Amino acid sequence: MTNHVSLTINGVNVKAPEGATILEAAQSAGIYIPTLCYCPGLTSEGTCRICLVKVENKKKLHPACRTPVKEGMKVITDDAEIEQVRRVTLELILSDHDFNCLLCPKSGTCRLQALVNRIGFDEQRLNRLNRVAKDLPIDTSNPFFDFNPNKCIQCGICIRTCREIVGVHAIDMAYRGYDLKVSTFGDKPFKESVCVSCGECVERCPVAALIPRKIEYPTREVKTTCAYCGVGCGLYLGVRGNTIVKVRGDSENPVNRGELCIRGRFGYKFVHSPDRLSSPLVRAYDPLERVAHGIDETVKPGKALTAPLVKREGKFVEVNWEQAIKYVASTLVHYKGDHFAAISSAKCTNEENYLFQKFVRAVMETNNIDHCARL
Amino acid sequence: MTNAISEIGETGCVFVIGSHTAAAHPIIGRQINRAVRNGAKLIVADPREIALCRMADIWLRHRSGTDVALLNAMARVIIEEKHLNTSFMKERCEGFEAFEVAVMASDLSLAEKVTGVPAEKIAEAARMYASVSSATILYAMGITQHSHGTDNVKAVANLALLTGHIGNPSTGVNPLRGQNNVQGACDMGALPDVLPGYQKVQDPEIRKQFEKAWGCRLNRSPGLTLTEIFEAAHSGKVKALYIMGENPAVTEADTSFIEEAISHLELLVVQDIFLTETAQLADVVLPAASFAEKDGTFTNTERRVQRVRKAIEPVGNSRPDWMIICDIAQNMGAKGFDFDSPEQIMEEIRTLTPIYGGITYERIDKVGLQWPCPDTEHPGTPYLYPERFTTPSGRGQFSPISYTPPAEMTSHEYPLILTTRRSMFHYHSTLSRKVAELNDLRGEEQVEINPVDAAALEIEDGETVKVISRRGAVQAKAKISRITPPGVVSMTFHYPETRTNVLTHAALDPIAKIPEFKVCAVKIEREIEYGAEYLGWGTGKD
Repeated sequence: MTNHVSLTINGVNVKAPEGATILEAAQSAGIYIPTLCYCPGLTSEGTCRICLVKVENKKKLHPACRTPVKEGMKVITDDAEIEQVRRVTLELILSDHDFNCLLCPKSGTCRLQALVNRIGFDEQRLNRLNRVAKDLPIDTSNPFFDFNPNKCIQCGICIRTCREIVGVHAIDMAYRGYDLKVSTFGDKPFKESVCVSCGECVERCPVAALIPRKIEYPTREVKTTCAYCGVGCGLYLGVRGNTIVKVRGDSENPVNRGELCIRGRFGYKFVHSPDRLSSPLVRAYDPLERVAHGIDETVKPGKALTAPLVKREGKFVEVNWEQAIKYVASTLVHYKGDHFAAISSAKCTNEENYLFQKFVRAVMETNNIDHCARL
Repeated sequence: MTNAISEIGETGCVFVIGSHTAAAHPIIGRQINRAVRNGAKLIVADPREIALCRMADIWLRHRSGTDVALLNAMARVIIEEKHLNTSFMKERCEGFEAFEVAVMASDLSLAEKVTGVPAEKIAEAARMYASVSSATILYAMGITQHSHGTDNVKAVANLALLTGHIGNPSTGVNPLRGQNNVQGACDMGALPDVLPGYQKVQDPEIRKQFEKAWGCRLNRSPGLTLTEIFEAAHSGKVKALYIMGENPAVTEADTSFIEEAISHLELLVVQDIFLTETAQLADVVLPAASFAEKDGTFTNTERRVQRVRKAIEPVGNSRPDWMIICDIAQNMGAKGFDFDSPEQIMEEIRTLTPIYGGITYERIDKVGLQWPCPDTEHPGTPYLYPERFTTPSGRGQFSPISYTPPAEMTSHEYPLILTTRRSMFHYHSTLSRKVAELNDLRGEEQVEINPVDAAALEIEDGETVKVISRRGAVQAKAKISRITPPGVVSMTFHYPETRTNVLTHAALDPIAKIPEFKVCAVKIEREIEYGAEYLGWGTGKD
């Protein structure tokens, strides 16, 4: 059991576990402190100075995200002076930000925009501060996301994500002073770096610096499980019409806690691939060849085959479901027992695997069933 | 896995052997990153310099296929230096004496010779693994895909038993399963020797129970394994094959043989979402629906049964696999296939599969449950074997094993070892290749080759080379990289246009029948069209 300390925030008594920060204590007590570079689950670096608060008997303002709570501490999160400092800080961030919000894909979900709405700015001062907007090239090398350094506020969330969560260290801060920017090793395009394109940084970027290539908003979300590897990450498929347009991690899932890898986040597009099979296919043999293949239709006159089986040697012919099912069923009847074998799928559901082995064992009367566990 | 995935982050020591975790299971790779950031030690044993090596405390670069020698040497150090967990061994294990004799038979200097890892480094790793209070071993196909894969797994288990690193949270032996539902497919009895819930086909009591439930007679002899099925097809014993959602023409070892076997079949039915390389050889192809178009459950590598939900209507005229199976079975006049929904099927599974006894759709609606879960009150089992093992005696069994070399060794003609790997950007052979963006990131096969070998063969980076084994040849671009050690080349098998598995060796493990994908002997030739002018005798013109 960790020890708790009590402190007051804006005159309200708050209890917090030892070692917690002022920000965590305030959040658990339902007191809002504006933040920008703070991201739950990552270490706090206190770079943005938006969460500055007053601590009684201390001269300077302290960043709430990095200051641990102490017994008897008295914290003020909001007064005219703090407001003034925050406003200037925000203006400094805005001064070299490419803020054409109307044309920005992040508009509406941008955390910088939300802060501006909340804290406000002095237009005259901002105009005076405003330097010529940066005009750095946009990195579009990665097929899934773009990096626009002109939108970047250098909060470092992406860097910490890559380091602490993903463990890849693909990006860090490069250059100095006004030239400071987020960069890959050697300032190469993302595609040529060690970046694994998992999109975790894109997911966490508070502004439009790291932004998905194509943004579509789903009309509904369906909770499900990823179909790629055995880790079994929980995810939400964002659906619009009959199309999956977005995937996001399920933070409730104990396996991935909201995180996803490149395949889970971006690999869903195979569902809508134009190569998907859309109709049952039967290989058309001429009648002689069919006898050679041991398919004797006289035994079971299903007549499923006759209609669609045009004489087109070795080519596939589209048939309807009824014909296909009848064909398979009427043919399989002749192979009951150990002449038959089946390979099930580690991609299909439990229910389907169960049914398939039941079919093989109960209907086809053999235990010749296996799947790719050995591959 | 004996433990839950989330427990990895809390462990004191992670020992990764034969798993490129960061590429094959990225989210588990992140758990290892989390564990290391929390202060855990990391030991990596891999011939290739995988991403995890960078954050590892010890990296053992042993030769491909010498895992048993390495693990036995570690066991010997643990025994000699008395890092044993004697109370655990006394209470919960048996067979130590025979094991000790087997391990003591070879000494560390021999292990050094065989594995190529300095003896002191092996000893250091053994001490590190044995001295912490909780340690977890992660392994994957690098351990199992060998002609002695079962021995490898047993050698891993021996280490855990010696140190008592099993049966507690964050402490255990964790094989990382590959496919999303490979665990579930095994659980559901898609195996030749067991019915759902790993209940033996040969057991008459079990058979009786299933015969009663299904209303039929069951075949008493275990069936053929995947690799044996193709052998039987080749020899004409198996005449009809029904493949659901698999692509053996690309993923099996020695695929030329597989194709030949398929050509001997009288009937091949393939049920898939794409016209895969296997489906192109079929007589009937049935279009199935993808995971987004159906309801059901997947069971992940930590035994967690989770819901899959239908998000969209089946694409085109495709149908969910369960509906197709039901239709065919009913058309053949079989009873017991009149299901309306996967939930009904799960209800039947529940009654016949004790480990799934407590799994209902209602209970796993939000968060999945980890089996064994025998009844609806049971909270699921995050980690296995807290008190007893599932052996007949309930005790952990030490297995005396000794090192056997891989089935195919390098020779003068085939001087290099080929080991298959997986890429971060792709997944097996089909799904991810249908995503244009992923192909953009990595669109073709790359043969990783060490600069030493590349220099000897005068191969340049990015040049197309011919990789030849005793079974076949493929062409691919060379990538010169220090990731693979000298004498070893490595390829993925994601690209049907470069059928790596034409090269691989179908030597099987005698028990698990798993092919040896990780070691086969190859040679590499340059694939340069020497223009006559380069050859010096001119083109006939002046």
